[in-house]
Amino acid sequence: MAEAANQKSTKEKIPRVPMPEQEPEVRRRNFLEVPTGYTQEMAMQEAKRCLQCKKPGCATGCPVGIDIPGFIQLIKEGEFTKSIRHIWQKNSLPAVCGRVCPQEIQCEGMCILAKKGDPVAIGNLERFAADWERANGSGELPPKAAATGKKVAVVGSGPAGLTVAGDLIVKGHDVTVFEAFHKSGGVLVYGIPEFRLPKEIVAQEVHFLERLGVKVECNAVVGRTVTIDELFEEGYQAIFIGVGAGLPVLLDIPGKNLIGIYSANEYLTRSNLMKAYLFPEYDTPIIKGKHVVTLGAGNVAMDSARTALRLGAETSRIVYRRSRVEVPARTAEVHHAEQEGVEFFFLAAPTRFLGNDKGRVIGMECRKMELGEPDASGRRRPVPIKDSEFELECDLVIVAVGTGANPILTQSTEGLALNKWGYIQVDEKTGKTTKKGVWAGGDIVTGSATVILAMGAGRIASQSMHDYLTLGW
Amino acid sequence: MFKIVRREEMSDGTVVLNDIEAPKIARKAKPGQFVILKANETGERIPLTMAETDPEKGTITVIYQVVGKSTALFKTLQVGDGYQDVIGPLGKATHIEKLGNVVCVGGGTGIAVLHPITRALKEIGNHVTCIIGARTKDLLILEDRMQAASHELHVCTDDGSYGHHGFVTDVLKKVLEKGDVQQVVAIGPVPMMKFVSLMTKQYNVPTLVSLNPIMVDGTGMCGGCRVSVGGKTKFACVDGPEFDGHQVDYDELMQRLQAYCEDEKACYNDFCIIRDSQ
Repeated sequence: MAEAANQKSTKEKIPRVPMPEQEPEVRRRNFLEVPTGYTQEMAMQEAKRCLQCKKPGCATGCPVGIDIPGFIQLIKEGEFTKSIRHIWQKNSLPAVCGRVCPQEIQCEGMCILAKKGDPVAIGNLERFAADWERANGSGELPPKAAATGKKVAVVGSGPAGLTVAGDLIVKGHDVTVFEAFHKSGGVLVYGIPEFRLPKEIVAQEVHFLERLGVKVECNAVVGRTVTIDELFEEGYQAIFIGVGAGLPVLLDIPGKNLIGIYSANEYLTRSNLMKAYLFPEYDTPIIKGKHVVTLGAGNVAMDSARTALRLGAETSRIVYRRSRVEVPARTAEVHHAEQEGVEFFFLAAPTRFLGNDKGRVIGMECRKMELGEPDASGRRRPVPIKDSEFELECDLVIVAVGTGANPILTQSTEGLALNKWGYIQVDEKTGKTTKKGVWAGGDIVTGSATVILAMGAGRIASQSMHDYLTLGW
Repeated sequence: MFKIVRREEMSDGTVVLNDIEAPKIARKAKPGQFVILKANETGERIPLTMAETDPEKGTITVIYQVVGKSTALFKTLQVGDGYQDVIGPLGKATHIEKLGNVVCVGGGTGIAVLHPITRALKEIGNHVTCIIGARTKDLLILEDRMQAASHELHVCTDDGSYGHHGFVTDVLKKVLEKGDVQQVVAIGPVPMMKFVSLMTKQYNVPTLVSLNPIMVDGTGMCGGCRVSVGGKTKFACVDGPEFDGHQVDYDELMQRLQAYCEDEKACYNDFCIIRDSQ
């Protein structure tokens, strides 16, 4: 007893190993990753901090149920290969999750050390294990069950779809992923910038699945090139829809179509997927504003505002209609943004955009807001303050106020019940839609959320799909 | 890779035709729909409406004018080469209906887009009058095919080197004056579609146009191709590319088409310098 208490207090005394990061002044002009990753020594040191709780709060906070103390113990012992294999039992995209999960409200938020100090850096450790494997691993694949002869179609190669594909391929099913874009990865590739999630990593995660036998067909728009019913006719027996919430939300105010006003989807797709940040080495152009305004304060807004700095903006401002308290973005991303020089204008909303005679945006008129009673979302409603108009100079505006359900697939699929916003209705416990043989998960069900929640939904659906393929509907 | 199986140059090499192997697209495509093409790893995604599809051969046909780097790059592709990515069929198919007398007006490479629609309108039983125009005789394309696809063909050139000396709207006015026209379809440069629509509005003739804004994804996820129709925002890639010609804000479209003109010029210049030095 005394020994355990001593061990505990020793562990508590080790401070959380900080993640090495590029300096803000340097990184605000490059697209390299901001956090550069733990060394082996750092990882093993941080792993010592874990108390190996008998009832780990961290694991309950993980949407895909990783045995966190288990993989951390293996890192502590220097057994890095075993550690990544342990993570792979539950998570097929650890290099991604270690980088983009909101650990602070999931695993790390539940860590017992968080009560009095810094939680174990679970995200950094997961990232370490995945990166180590990529650099040093033997390339050995996890075992696969015998072929079942059942064919599965996955629509969308984002986090939900890739999780379903990874889960079902090792169970022996024949899996094909259909992707509308020319590159796979979904939001991992078009939405999240290079400096938060290098595309080479996403490509390697997808390649890992291909080595396991998953077929990936790009340039296939389900709903246009082929329909869900046609996929059934082609012999697919179970279909997962993970197409995301790919409909941009734009503001309906005067000047909304001036040149230089982008939806965040367009801005980020140009920069991240089409690599416009490397223009003219890559042919797709992107408007590089000197004075950039991003509307909204979610992770997408942070990504947009920070991308603008890297593309040469002198000022990059976030304009948000609520206050700092309501900001939905990860604290870490807000912190990184502020360090890099992004300015925040809270309690302000645009009333119109101002343009020059060539139809280009030159400014934005805003109104100050105050917070009233909570609205339907549970957040305090912004109320305009009379006669509080002010102008912000800008030559680039990125509208990052959320996304909706793109109807291109849902409109062309019979029997798929949708809610009033166009999202697909599913049984929460199984991911089953109202159409026989069809499951759905991720943003097309919930509205825009996170990578890990999409993966969690993929996990639930894949289990139900496997039961269906082996036992019936 | 999507292979080119046939290639033709027209209008002194400024216009190129490609038959591309794309069986899935060829099987599903309908007149009025388009594809997005990307030549290689660093290339842009650009939309081109299909001029023809052959479900049996499994090929689609695009006809494009060389106006910048991407189209100049496409022009370097020979038979046996291919596009890295072709996505489609995208957009809403043209609504083809037997209405009576229809007039199809095409300008420049818009004629390529107009052709399958004209043919479909004739096949369903309309009496089709076709008016096509170009700046000069050498730039006039597909005259024979448009002749076959219509009952009456009129040809115009701005410089008078062939056919009627003047704009398509001159001929259109004469046709409209005779009366009894149920629909006009106009596809070509934006100013052409604008002036055709202004004219047909005076005669109260419903008019369809096919819009060509800048696009990136083509599936409605970015909003880059947004146009104002009847005061509302529509995406040309999923709500169009065809719209009611009387409701379109053409001036806004023409402005938005200029969004990258500086970068486009610089890119094209650099490409031509490298190409011509080899």
